[in-house]
This record gives sequence, C-alpha cells and structure tokens, in this order.
Amino acid sequence: MSEILLDAAAFDAAIKKVAKDIFNQNKNIADLAVVGVQNKGVLIAKRFLSELCKIAKVSQETVPFGILDITLYRDDLDDFGADMPLIKDTEIPFDISRKNIILVDDVLYTGRTARAALDVLTDFGRPKCIQLAVLVDRGHRELPIEARYAGVRKVIDGKVKVECKEVDGRDRVIIL
Amino acid sequence: MSLNCKDLLGLEHLDKKDLQLILESVKPFKSLFTRSVKKTPTLIGKTVVTLFYEPSTRTRTSFEIAAKRLSADVVNISVGASSVVKGESLIDTGKTLEAMKADYVIIRHSLSGAPEILARNLNASIINAGDGFHEHPTQGLLDLYTMYEKKKKIEGLNVLLVGDILHSRVAKSNIWALTKMGANVAVAGPPTLIPPKIESLGVKVYYDLDEAVKRADVVNILRIQLERQQENLFPSVREYVELYQLTKERLGNAKPNVLVMHPGPMNRGIEISSAVADSSNAVINEQVTNGIAVRMAVLYLLKPSKTANKKQAALN
Amino acid sequence: MRQLNDRLIWAVNVTFNGTVKMSLQIKNIRIVDPSQNKDFVGDLFAENGRIVSKLSSVPKTVIDGSGKIAVPGLIDVHSHLREPGQEGKETIKTGTFAAAKGGITSVLCMPNTKPVIDNAPTVEFILFKAQKEGVVNVFPIGCATKGSLGEEISEIGVLKKAGIVAVSDDGSPVSSSQIMRRTLEYAKMFKFPVISHSEDKELSKNGVMNEGKNSMILGLRAIPRQAEEVMVARDIMLAELTGGFLHIAHVSTAGSVELIRQAKKKGVNVTAETCPHYFTLTDDIVKLYDTNTKMNPPLREQIDIDAVKAGLSDGTIDCIATDHAPHMQEEKNKEFDIAPFGIIGFETMLSLVLNELVDKKVLTLSQAVEKMSVNPAKIFNLEGRGSLKDGSFADITVIDPEYSYRFTKESIVSKSKNSPFIDRTFKGGAVIVAVGGKIVYKAA
Repeated sequence: MSEILLDAAAFDAAIKKVAKDIFNQNKNIADLAVVGVQNKGVLIAKRFLSELCKIAKVSQETVPFGILDITLYRDDLDDFGADMPLIKDTEIPFDISRKNIILVDDVLYTGRTARAALDVLTDFGRPKCIQLAVLVDRGHRELPIEARYAGVRKVIDGKVKVECKEVDGRDRVIIL
Repeated sequence: MSLNCKDLLGLEHLDKKDLQLILESVKPFKSLFTRSVKKTPTLIGKTVVTLFYEPSTRTRTSFEIAAKRLSADVVNISVGASSVVKGESLIDTGKTLEAMKADYVIIRHSLSGAPEILARNLNASIINAGDGFHEHPTQGLLDLYTMYEKKKKIEGLNVLLVGDILHSRVAKSNIWALTKMGANVAVAGPPTLIPPKIESLGVKVYYDLDEAVKRADVVNILRIQLERQQENLFPSVREYVELYQLTKERLGNAKPNVLVMHPGPMNRGIEISSAVADSSNAVINEQVTNGIAVRMAVLYLLKPSKTANKKQAALN
Repeated sequence: MRQLNDRLIWAVNVTFNGTVKMSLQIKNIRIVDPSQNKDFVGDLFAENGRIVSKLSSVPKTVIDGSGKIAVPGLIDVHSHLREPGQEGKETIKTGTFAAAKGGITSVLCMPNTKPVIDNAPTVEFILFKAQKEGVVNVFPIGCATKGSLGEEISEIGVLKKAGIVAVSDDGSPVSSSQIMRRTLEYAKMFKFPVISHSEDKELSKNGVMNEGKNSMILGLRAIPRQAEEVMVARDIMLAELTGGFLHIAHVSTAGSVELIRQAKKKGVNVTAETCPHYFTLTDDIVKLYDTNTKMNPPLREQIDIDAVKAGLSDGTIDCIATDHAPHMQEEKNKEFDIAPFGIIGFETMLSLVLNELVDKKVLTLSQAVEKMSVNPAKIFNLEGRGSLKDGSFADITVIDPEYSYRFTKESIVSKSKNSPFIDRTFKGGAVIVAVGGKIVYKAA
C-alpha cells in the first residue's frame, strides 16, 4: 500500500537540484565540508558530495567528508526501555573550525535528529556555519529548525522511506 | 540492542551474545576521547552513585569519568572498612540511596555477594565494581576489549593469568568472559593460590610460569597482596619473585608479539619487573583508557528502565 | 499466622486447665511404634498423661484418626531455644510452639545461651520456663567445658542433678584433644553422651560455605569436608581410648558417615545424628548468596547427600535432628560473610523426612520414627518416651500423610524466619500433637 514519492529519475533530479543549490550558495568550495547523519543520511551526503564536485569541477577528495551518529545525543533515550539503539560510528576526520558544514540527512521531520546532530557537531568545535540539506522535507516540525536545501518539500502524514541503490538495490522514496 | 538485565553483577551470567554486544559498543565511546569535547548528553539528569567500601582510586575514578562523559551527575561515597560490620547495614544504605533517586549504584565491597544484596533490594541499576573474591566484571570486560582491540579476535587466543587466582575477582571475571568467547585460558601460580576446582571452568593449571608463558598470546598479571604471605600461602616475597615474577628473560620464551596486561596498581619488582611493565608488549595504559570506554558502554547498555528484565529474577 | 497462634494459645490453655484428669481416645488410627515393632490400625488411649490399654471412664476427648498415623512423639536432640539471653531470636515459649507445630513433643536444647548452660541455676531457669510457658518437653544439654571455652571440664555431675541429659560445647568443638579425652572419660560415670560438634577450627577458619566448585565461583571462603572429618576421626579415637559415650552432631559429609560406620563396626560407643538439610540440599542453592543457606557445617554436595542417606538407611546414623538455630531477619539480612550460621528447622523436619526419605524409600516410616523418636529416647535416656507402649508418657504425633501445604514465611510460628525451605510444598505432616496426653497442636 505504498505510494511512490520519488522514483529513480525524480530521486536523481532531487539530488542534482540540492547539489546545485548548495553550489550556488557556497561559491568558495574550499571552505566547505559535508557531514552525513547515520544511517541513510550518510549515503545521501555522498550523493550530494559527488554531484557537487562534478558541478564545481573539483576532486571529491578535496572536500572533507564526515559521518556522525546521534544516538548518544537523542532526547528520547528514556523511551527505549530494555532495547537501546545500537551506537554507530561517528567519524569527523578533519577540524570543523571555520568550515561551512553541509549537514545532510535523508528526511527532515520533527527536527529532533537535526537538533541532536547540531549538538554533536558543536562538540567537535566551532564551525563557521552549519547548513542543513535533506532529500525530503516532510513537514511536521516540532522544533524551530529548517532545511536550507531540500530535494522535495511536501507535508506528508504517512511514513517516509528512503531507499538507496547501495543498500536497497534501487533509488526511490516511498510513502508507507 | 541492550543487555537483558538491570544490573551487572558478574560475567558468569552474561552469554556470548551479550559480550559481543559490549565489545562492539565500546569503540564509539572510545572515539569520543579524541574530541575536544569528550562528553555526550546521553545520561543527562541521571544520578550515578559510587559506593566504595574498599579504597580504590583507579576504579572509582574510571567509573566517575565514564559517568561524567555521559553527562550523569556523580556522587562518590566512601565507607570505611570497619563500617561493614559495625555501621549501617548495606540494605539500609542502599535504601537511602534509593530514596535519593540514584539511577545507578556502582559498588565496590570487600565481601563477595554484596552487590547481589543491593540488586535484590533496589530498583536502581547495580554495577559491581569488585566484590570480595567473586567478580570484577568491568575489569574483565576491559581486559577482554583490550585483547580484542589488539589481537582483533578472542576465539582461539591463548590467555594466561598469573598469580593469586584464589583471591582474584579479576581472574574470575576474565575466565568467564574469555572462555565464553572461545579463548583458551590458563592460570599459573603456586598451588596455594589456585582455587580448587578451577579446572571445572575449562581452565588449564600451571605451576611453572616458564612453561606456561611459552604458548601465551596474552599474559595477564595479577596483583599479589602482600598480606597473603602472612596467611602462609607462600613463604616469602623473595621466593614469589623468584618463581612468578614476569621478567624480561621469562618473556623471552613467549611469542614476540605477546601482550602483557595488569589490572593495576602494579607492584613493580614483585609480580612484574619494571622492564616488562615498560616494554612495548605491555598494554597496561591502554587498559586504563579502555576501562573508561567499557564502563561508558556498560552504563549505556544497562540504562535503567521500568521495562528492563531482571536476569537475576529468572535465576530465583 | 494469627489464627495459628490463637490455636496454639488455646491449646496451651487446654493443657493447663486440664491438668487434673485427662483422658483421650484416638479412634481407628494406624499406630506405628517401632519401639514395640508394631504397625496396626486400632484405638489409642491416654489417661492422666500416660498411654493406657483402656480407659477407666468415658474419654473427655475423642478424635477420629481414620487415614492418619499415630507415632511416638518426635524428639529433637539438637536445637537452640536461645533463652536465656537471645530472646529476640527465639524464646522457650515460641520455640516450643514451633516444635509442637512440627510434630515434635520433646526438644533437647543446646547450652550456647547467654549465659551458657554450665551452671545449675541456668538449667533450673530453663526447666522452670519450659514448664511455665513451654508446650513441649524441654531437656537441656549442659556445657562440656566451663563457659564452653574448651579449657576445663564443667561440673557435669552438678549439671546432671539439675536436669541435663548430655553435655556439648555445640557451636564450637572441644579443640584440645586432651580436654576432649578427659571429658569423654569423666562423663562415662553419668552414662550419657558427650556430643561432639566436629569441626577443626583451623581448617574451617573464616569459611562460610562448603569448599568446592560453588565456593570457587562465588568467591566465598570455604570449609572443606575434612574440617569435620578430622574431628570426627579424632573423637572416635578418643572414644575408643576412653570407652566414653560419644554422639556426633550434625553429620554432613560422606567421609564422616564412613568413619562412624567403621567405628560402629569396631564396637566404639558412638552414635550420630544428621539434619534434614544435609539429606535435602546441596551447596548449589548458595548461589544467590542467600544467607538462609548458611549453616555450620555447611551444605555439601550430592555425594554427601547420598552417603548421609545410605548412613541413615544402614543404621550408621541413629537420629535425625533439626539443629534449629533461629536468627533475626536483621542479622541474616547481611553480607553472606557477616550473617550468622544456622537455620530454623522445627517446622519442617517431619515433612522433609516424609518427602525426602520415606517417599523416596530411603527409610520406612517405622525406621524414620526410630530416628526421630525411639533412638533419641534411648541415647539420651529419656525414660518413658519414644514409645507408645502402656505406661509411656502420652507424647503422640499424629501424621496425616495426605496433608499438603506450602511452607510460607507467614505460616512460621518460630520467632525467626531463617529457613531455606520457605515456599516449598510438602505432602504429609503433623496434624495433631499431644504432650502428656494433652493436645497442644491441631492443624486447621
């Protein structure tokens, strides 16, 4: 009973759109770094990065890339009871100070993940700015957080699932 | 993913899956240590009490740092040894902490089974920081993790524990964890310091350290308490040094990449020579660092909850 | 609990109001009396405190005993009533209530009270209290050595005149071989046993449980079997040397059973007792550091249980006693090392014997009664007890083999609740208990 929000082509177009928007607002690519939020945010971040580098005509290695896990910063750990979420890796292998960080997640919903991700990042240092980029902004915010870049912006009531080639075999976004 | 229990009283009751989960959970915590801010808000608003009936700066500090790096509020209570018999009963002390809404009580006690008493009577999570001659589970876990980190596996590893096995809670926790994970565990020491029936845990017993050291991938040296001599368990420190000190010469018979571990604090020149303690084989300082990460992982995985199953209850 | 106590108090009143003339008839009951080698269904009569073959007039009390079994009242040769001195744990009143509930009509109480029973006034105090407040017969045991210090023989002759039935330093051994030799030698003239608490204090030093795999895992200081066996062997040799009368208390190990078996074969004047926990529980149940599993000697292993059962069955072990050792909850609710040794046993002995020995065919019912009544009476010279023959004291335990119950903490009438058997379910137990022909306990 799922509805397709983005098929493979629309998925690709959305990635390209976001990459282009990022490039337009960050002409000085040397100050840029990309950080993906575990799990799917990391895959989407890699896509953004690769498109961005194509547009900017720079090698992907020149843009610092990091991943972060928000588990230890969640505000709902008390609700997990006996089944605590597994902690995943956080790797920020560069100094984030004075960087313009593009923080990437697959879906922006309540804003709580982004809030936690901001806390993780600021514990690593003081970046020049943090800009949020997502594939899907589905509305229903619970915190005053907005994405500067979004592939799609649409208020969605169902559950949104992002599938990526790397792990799901195909690119698409469905509403369950 | 969680340990299916409220308390960590010993490694005897954990299974391989639990140990694996802990091993895999340590790295993210350890990676925090290289950041400028080493803290996460994970246990914000939670109260951790360290209740120590035996002096132990190392273990208490390690737990305190672990809890603080998870943003918990930490209160340290030291109780004099004489109070064990004469002072307020352990249950009453525990109930007091409960009334103060402690979420975790980390207890070190000179008598075996003391953490069990708290666990039975309190809703807070109880972590055993060493009880009598019973267990010291977080030390066992940090030793396990250090071996895992250095050797990339536990299964098939030959681990030798040297010294006073009889009175060692560290040895006991090491044996449980390592045998469950498929390591080959041996102990070496004078017969008076090897507990009877230890072989029933799947452990090989050596009295000759030179012989025992040959096959070892890891040698974990235990601290020898000098008062054991007064109990007539060995004739003199001089003889103990002669027979059981891990020296450069003895280590020469071992594999070149053998790991040397010690739970600390070391008696340099007694159970371990300074040359060995400071050698490149020694990972004693890494053990200390790992201790904090392991304890953070335990605090995270034991997160107290109304829904947490009590593994102990199943035993009753 | 309240109900039960009320019933007991009622029973006491009956005892005292009915002292002038009593008569009792228990109809259609299976009478098992090993002292006369009898096992038949019939009527049991008692008049003026004694068993009689027929009553001189219409009985005041008539009870239908169909389906039940009457045996000579049980005699517990090893208990701690704690009075005088430790009334917080137990008193003669509460202890004898508990004994009655367990089907026990006579208890021998150990002298480690405060003060210890090494002087006539203390013996007299206990006998006076027992008569005033007790519901079963109480027979004090005196100290073997003054102050139970193991240094000088106590005034056994004076104590015997005051009413003791044996001597012992129970709780501690007589560590000096010379003093033990003298005690055995000296006590010969009184024709009662010297009871040995067999423990080598050096070997058992600081120990709190049996030495074995479990003590290793739990990290508790241990007591090897040999701590008991070394002393059993020594005391047997001293009994052999002196011709004295030795009774070995609370046998817990396979080695002790074998030593006693060999000694009896050689004709040494030795008898022995064990306790229900030594043929029921192993040290496996210590694993949660439950201090209600801490006693001295400690719970052993399966081979010991098997040996103790074999010893009971071949007659090596003469008696089953409780070693009823009450301790307050606040004393037991402590770290295992600190908590005192001992468990209560009055209220569970009979059911444990029935379930663990009779039902499992280790002993016949008749043999079980021998161990709990006939032999104790013989060994401790309790004249007129341990038998239902005419002229005996009318101490009667009526067992209902179908009486099923759960032994709950709330049901315990002893002042202390330190039992490892709490919440165990039993089938078979005492339902009516008469002491001197007066009914002192009746199950609901």
